[in-house]
Amino acid sequence: MDRIVIIGAGQGGLQAAISLRQEGYTGALTLIGGEAGLPYQRPPLSKAYLKSGDAAALRLRPESFYDKNAVELVTETWVDRIDRAGRVVHAGDRSFAYDHLILATGTRNLRPPIPGAERCLDLRTLADAQTLRTVLDSPKRCAVIGGGFIGLEFAAVARGLGHDVTVAEAAPRLMARVVSPEISSYFKDLHKRLGTVLHLGDPAAEVTGAGMVLKSGTEVAADIVLMAAGVVPNAELAGEAGLEVNNGVVVNDRLLTADPDISALGDCAVFPDPTTGRPVRLESVQAATDHARLIAKRLIKGEDMPYAAVPWFWSDQADAKLQIAGLAAPGDATHRRADGAIFRFADARLSAVETVNNARTHMQARKALAGPDVSRAALAAVDYDFAALA
Amino acid sequence: MVKVTYIAADGTTTTVEGEAFSNVMQTALDNDVAGIVGECGGSMMCATCHCYVDEAWQGKTGARNDGEDDMLDCAAGEVKPNSRLSCQITLTPDLDGLVVHLPEAQY
Repeated sequence: MDRIVIIGAGQGGLQAAISLRQEGYTGALTLIGGEAGLPYQRPPLSKAYLKSGDAAALRLRPESFYDKNAVELVTETWVDRIDRAGRVVHAGDRSFAYDHLILATGTRNLRPPIPGAERCLDLRTLADAQTLRTVLDSPKRCAVIGGGFIGLEFAAVARGLGHDVTVAEAAPRLMARVVSPEISSYFKDLHKRLGTVLHLGDPAAEVTGAGMVLKSGTEVAADIVLMAAGVVPNAELAGEAGLEVNNGVVVNDRLLTADPDISALGDCAVFPDPTTGRPVRLESVQAATDHARLIAKRLIKGEDMPYAAVPWFWSDQADAKLQIAGLAAPGDATHRRADGAIFRFADARLSAVETVNNARTHMQARKALAGPDVSRAALAAVDYDFAALA
Repeated sequence: MVKVTYIAADGTTTTVEGEAFSNVMQTALDNDVAGIVGECGGSMMCATCHCYVDEAWQGKTGARNDGEDDMLDCAAGEVKPNSRLSCQITLTPDLDGLVVHLPEAQY
């Protein structure tokens, strides 16, 4: 293998480049990204960066890394087309031949089809975050569409800076897609305490020059409206190249598409959940980087291992560090331990553990979930104390 | 600038200049020092920037921060009394010359 091309220079794409070199790959390596500048971390954009404005701290690797490791970084370049038969990627008047292609195209912000949506600000890229920082220079009334991680992290920072904040969420509870009702409720109380106004089960229906109008008719006066209603995977390139796309680029448990010369990783990839086998797409640093490492090992070392990493997620909102280990389905049962740690169960099997400011339990859960199935009965027998599990 | 020396598990020694008040993890990444991953970017959400503070420097780097013990519990390498998450060691000027040892694996 002499030529590997990676489309997408986010954290997953860069990790693929890093891991390929670490595994001993010596051929040509091209990393193509749509944004300007060096690859950077996204998670802090809605947290530390929004407060500090320190863009240098976001950089994943210094410029010297790319020279030293012979990674050809191609920035501000959007790929138009993948020619699978010719094994070439076309971008404008440039083309990049590959022996293996890695799709790390990530996601883009979802724009619900509501009137005035184009007036909204986004929080996905460094440029978006820079714009928000400029806008938040003076006291503002901020309306947020979406009560998920990004919307709530923004809300917490904006409140901390003294701005007025109102969040509208379509679902009846916060972060409904990813956490239990108990954790949703904890964060509802937290944000109310911070002084954020929450409208649950009442989606934004229109964005105007004066703010936003909710489905109920409630008008929220605002100087800025942030769109944080989720993302859509960038899977069009794969689809147009004839690869299967279903909520993302479909890959097998080796993270390989139906084309043996094309892998996909991170937020854009739909892969079989190692525990249940059901197709999942995760939006997390953990999945992106663990995917990248597995692909590098397979391509360079020939290690033919199924992907089996335990998912984990985090969110910082004011003084609450939310950590999730594992992956629960929306209907999974819930047990609340006396200290507030939430245990989720798919039938009798532990599927996830959600904690706030409890790193010990989070790490114990990650260890436990990496092993054989943990049953609800076994946990109940030891009062849900991982340390006491046999 | 604050000088930091990283000694890898295989003995490879790298000395670099870090910016004052940066941290030991960021300085390693900025200078392309292998052996520190720093997956969560210093949010103390992972344990992939594990290091062992050289005995001569243990007094100056101080004790582990709140929550650091818990994350270290899940570090891939052996956890020793001088284990730290390198993202939690701020490069104050009095750490000029700091020496840290790196574990064999970070994940």
